[in-house]
Amino acid sequence: MSNVSKEHREPLIRMVKRDSISQQKQWMIRAIGLLGALLTGALVILALGQNPIAVYKDMVVGALGTPTVRRETIKIAVPLLITSIGISFAFKMQFWNIGAEGQILMGAIFAGYFAFFHSDWPKVLLVIVMLAAGMIGGGIYGLIPALFKAKWGTNETLFTLMLNYIALAFVKYLQNGPWKDPRTQFPKMSMLDDNARLTKVLGVHWGWILALVLVVLSYIYFTKTKQGYEIAVVGESNNTARYAGINVSKVFIRTMLLSGAMAGIAGMLQVAGSDFTITENTAGGVGFTAITVAWLAKMNSFGMLIVAVFIAVLERGSNKIQTTFKIPASAAEVLTGIILFFMLGCEFFINYKLIVRRRKEAEHESAN
Amino acid sequence: MNLLINILTAAVLAGTPLLLGTLGEILTEKSGNMNLGVEGMMFMGAIAGLAGAYYYEQGVVGSGGTPSGIMAAVVALVSSFLVGAFGALIYAFLTITLRANQNVTGLTLTIFGTGFGNFFGEYIGIRAGGYVAVGDNIKTAFGRLNIPVLSDIPILGKLLFNYNWVVYFSILIAVIMAYFFRKTRVGLNLRAVGEDPATADAAGINVTKYRYLATVIGGGICGIGGMYMSMVTTSGVWVHNCVSGYGWLAVALVIFASWHPARALIAALVFGGLTILRLYLKIPGVPMQIYDMLPYLATIVVLIFTSINQSKENVMPKGCGLNYFREER
Repeated sequence: MSNVSKEHREPLIRMVKRDSISQQKQWMIRAIGLLGALLTGALVILALGQNPIAVYKDMVVGALGTPTVRRETIKIAVPLLITSIGISFAFKMQFWNIGAEGQILMGAIFAGYFAFFHSDWPKVLLVIVMLAAGMIGGGIYGLIPALFKAKWGTNETLFTLMLNYIALAFVKYLQNGPWKDPRTQFPKMSMLDDNARLTKVLGVHWGWILALVLVVLSYIYFTKTKQGYEIAVVGESNNTARYAGINVSKVFIRTMLLSGAMAGIAGMLQVAGSDFTITENTAGGVGFTAITVAWLAKMNSFGMLIVAVFIAVLERGSNKIQTTFKIPASAAEVLTGIILFFMLGCEFFINYKLIVRRRKEAEHESAN
Repeated sequence: MNLLINILTAAVLAGTPLLLGTLGEILTEKSGNMNLGVEGMMFMGAIAGLAGAYYYEQGVVGSGGTPSGIMAAVVALVSSFLVGAFGALIYAFLTITLRANQNVTGLTLTIFGTGFGNFFGEYIGIRAGGYVAVGDNIKTAFGRLNIPVLSDIPILGKLLFNYNWVVYFSILIAVIMAYFFRKTRVGLNLRAVGEDPATADAAGINVTKYRYLATVIGGGICGIGGMYMSMVTTSGVWVHNCVSGYGWLAVALVIFASWHPARALIAALVFGGLTILRLYLKIPGVPMQIYDMLPYLATIVVLIFTSINQSKENVMPKGCGLNYFREER
């Protein structure tokens, strides 16, 4: 009797966990998600009284149409890609490093010190020292929250985040005080000496080559080395890792040093290759956008390469539509957010199957 | 003495958006959802409140009337609540129904909300021919109240009866929430859901419904905190990136307040004080930018201190940060 009443209460839609799903189907679901996100974006554009197709087209042309804008797009993609690789190191062990913004700034400051005050050194030496300094600056800044997390389990999400604002205030302090350009009244730093600027290869500073090398190296690190494997185990479960004899604290500290160092490289490249000075916009939200890049690519470095270029196209394209259609450039953030929302939602349909209740099925079951 | 009073009143004014954000996040976390999107929801509420007041004004002026400050305040309040709640609804749908990771969803909400606020702030500004700004009538409605007799009491009048209405409104929310968590059945149920959803479920509490409602209402309260930033702090003008980390401070203050609405009052006052201290206490040789670090440094100190002193009481609800799957219990 109770069975019968339960049958009637079966919900209209129920979900069942999938046992397995083919790669092809997974990508289909993600493609549908992306399409849904772009359609939602189109609706917003439509609501603003613009033609979505024209706006999207203008975005793509504005980001990829000519060699000049292509170079600009790559310049945006490089720090984004390197930072997201760095972030993936931390996120793989479920260490929520949202302090990349500050780590980028610290890398920029450390590298900037040599660029501003030792620009008379031989170029090769100077650039190598700047790169190393950037890594050390970002690495130390990433290390601090890791030490506290390892020792006392201090919440790293908020810790790393607060460090962002402290780094930002520090940049403003340098701008107004010790590093202020004496030739102007405005609180800003001077431009880098030519000697400290990075050489261009095929029209863009050589940071893009370094970024590609890091993509390959990090892939090898995660798939072929013991340290990479340890990160994966710690990410699955701290207790499992301990049981397996992994020193979890050590993994936290080592990995955050690497994660911060990579953000530091991005900061150094931004200063020496792109902006040629340090401002409060040197990080400019890259640290946050990189989180979405890493997540969208499921922490796969080759995936990050694709996603970083995609987001760079969005950002560069948003600048274009700002001039053509008077749509503010913050549209890039809104669109990135919408895409990520859809991608997060997609995962559910990859893991679960929805079954809609049908009368026939219900009858069939009650007959059993 | 005068200096102290000035610092205290400025601290209250600066702490109010923090208080609202903190209260919204406490309500959310009590249900077991760790929503890191407070910053985003505050941005959404900030632009919604400003846009509501602005379009109300334009509408009334357009039809030849004089806009009423009180009506504008109501419109701003309601629209900021609704839009903040909408942001939280996206989060709730993704984490509760679609079971997405809470951390990443919250971060995305922050990115989305920040973009949303700046985007519409600039967009409305472009259409208004430069920037958005409300008229004097509405500015007065968000200015300090002048309560007859009470505001004129020496010292006490200045200290207690001299703020804008949002300050009193937020204190009221804190009091109601404190009562709600301790004394009402629904409040106790909500705490049970946050502590141990499986047990609550077994006791017949609808976990999904509680989580949705708490998260969405909490998001709405955060949205009101955002409205304070755009209507009071910047006096009805859209300033690019106006929330600038207040939402994140609010997330940290939840820990400082140890998930108690009443303690959130003190936490917000202290941190409000830290953000304005540089205007009142100038120590020679300490540059202004170092003062700007204070609230963030203090947050770090609090984080470290609470992690060292882990007590059984005053901790995060146990189910917080984890999605609840009935079939996996």
